[in-house]
Amino acid sequence: MALQDLCNYHDILVDDATSESAPFGKRIGFKNMSGLTLRNSTSLFKFYIPAPEYLEGSPIQFGQVSTIQSSKDILHPDSILQSLSSLTAPPLASSQSVPLPFPMSHGTTTLAFMFQGGVLAAADTRSSCSGLVACPAAQKILPIHSHLVSTTSGTSADCALWKRILARELRLYQLRHGRRLSTGGAAKLLSHMLHPFKGTKLCVAATLCGWDGGEVEECRDQDFDLKDCREVTKSQVRSLEKSLDASLDKAQRASLEADGQLSLTRKKQSFSGPRLFYVCSDGTRLQGSLFSVGSGSPYAYSILDQGVEWKLTVDEAISIAREAVYRATHRDAYSGNFVDIYHISSKGWTRRSREDLKEEYYREKEKRTKEKRDVAGLDSVCAEK
Amino acid sequence: MEYLIGIQGPDFVLVAADNVAASSIIQMKHDYDKMFKLSEKILLLCVGEAGDTVQFAEYIQKNVQLYKMRNGYELSPAAAANFTRKNLADYLRSRTPYHVNLLLAGYDDTDGPGLFYMDYLSSLAKAPFAAHGYGLNKRFILNLPSFTVRLIDKEGIHDLEKLTHGAK
Repeated sequence: MALQDLCNYHDILVDDATSESAPFGKRIGFKNMSGLTLRNSTSLFKFYIPAPEYLEGSPIQFGQVSTIQSSKDILHPDSILQSLSSLTAPPLASSQSVPLPFPMSHGTTTLAFMFQGGVLAAADTRSSCSGLVACPAAQKILPIHSHLVSTTSGTSADCALWKRILARELRLYQLRHGRRLSTGGAAKLLSHMLHPFKGTKLCVAATLCGWDGGEVEECRDQDFDLKDCREVTKSQVRSLEKSLDASLDKAQRASLEADGQLSLTRKKQSFSGPRLFYVCSDGTRLQGSLFSVGSGSPYAYSILDQGVEWKLTVDEAISIAREAVYRATHRDAYSGNFVDIYHISSKGWTRRSREDLKEEYYREKEKRTKEKRDVAGLDSVCAEK
Repeated sequence: MEYLIGIQGPDFVLVAADNVAASSIIQMKHDYDKMFKLSEKILLLCVGEAGDTVQFAEYIQKNVQLYKMRNGYELSPAAAANFTRKNLADYLRSRTPYHVNLLLAGYDDTDGPGLFYMDYLSSLAKAPFAAHGYGLNKRFILNLPSFTVRLIDKEGIHDLEKLTHGAK
């Protein structure tokens, strides 16, 4: 196989091909990415973690941006070949297994912030692919369930897939335990599910915006649920983890068991209110009250950092969010077209109809000329006096 | 860019960590706590690669708590440090090494205060003072705005005031 020759990875691929678990073959995200005929999609994954080379690399690798990663929303087969071949002679060996801090170029602008009326999430709708606009009306904010919405950034295919997986897992949790998993729990679940893919080209940077709350509903059958929970963990673990990732196994089981315990004791959830988490495929999981992700995020941050406060009304918050996305799309080439705004409150999420930012531009322009006219008029009035 | 420091005194250990959670050049959070409480008198400070820090530290944290649940008494700081080091070493030559630098600070009722320095190659050293990163304030081009400071003594872990320099 050409891939093996390029990278001298015959031994590793052959040895481990037999021991790989089948479910990985089903990962649609990987298949999309490969474009090459790989016998077993896990071999692509194995390739990205060359353990021997890691030790030869110089000590501190993280913090340095490599030239390999590029700003594409949807990966092109050609670009993959290029990047794969450049990986064979890496100047910094561990840059393959240590994913680099995000080069700020995932063509999008998404933002989310908390305020007294709940959480507001906004995103642009331009989907770019190596410099051309693949879709001017993509949807970057995907609802997960009635009270949880997530903004997506990174590779569109990966985000769509992982959102669906997360939605499925949350629904299963709800059916088993009789209550919705909290936003923090969902974030932890997503982060643990993405952990085995660390170091690969999987790229998902999502902010989960949700409203936690309400009382714990009655559990159907507590013992049965707990057993189910453990079984799910094991199968989940088998299908998700790689052979040596025992830590994920334990941590996931521990966290799910803890949740099971909680449902057994039927505690009333002490916290009720808006929650915002940022989850990234490099493993970051942060709770906060304001996040912006994507290539347009610095521009959005500049508007949000000066405008967002807790006591905003819903309309004010919407206009700040719209303004922030507008400014980002004005300057960032990879963001544009429309803006989607979702508002999550205790009653669930509501979506505003899509707004065209072109109109925002013209409105802004008109306002500007009107102001100029006013100022000019005022000046002339003063001059007369 | 992240900074940890620990100083062992006659009957206490003082530790401080910066508060920045960064994603490339953007500061995503400026009040991020890098200290993980392993038990009433043990703190684990963890810096390094983005996801690895939290994953690894939480793994150690849950295992130390599990030990207490199983056996009825807590691991001593030295035992916890060696356990952590062993885990780092096991993962080092696996497909998924953890790139984290750690300081473990604790107070043992029999041995007194202890500060352990561990790095991503799973070296372990008990030291009277230790640090990770660059802590310079006036000369360094990237300033770390604020630090969380905690003190461990025979009564447990105490939060001291946050240190902030200049504009936050």
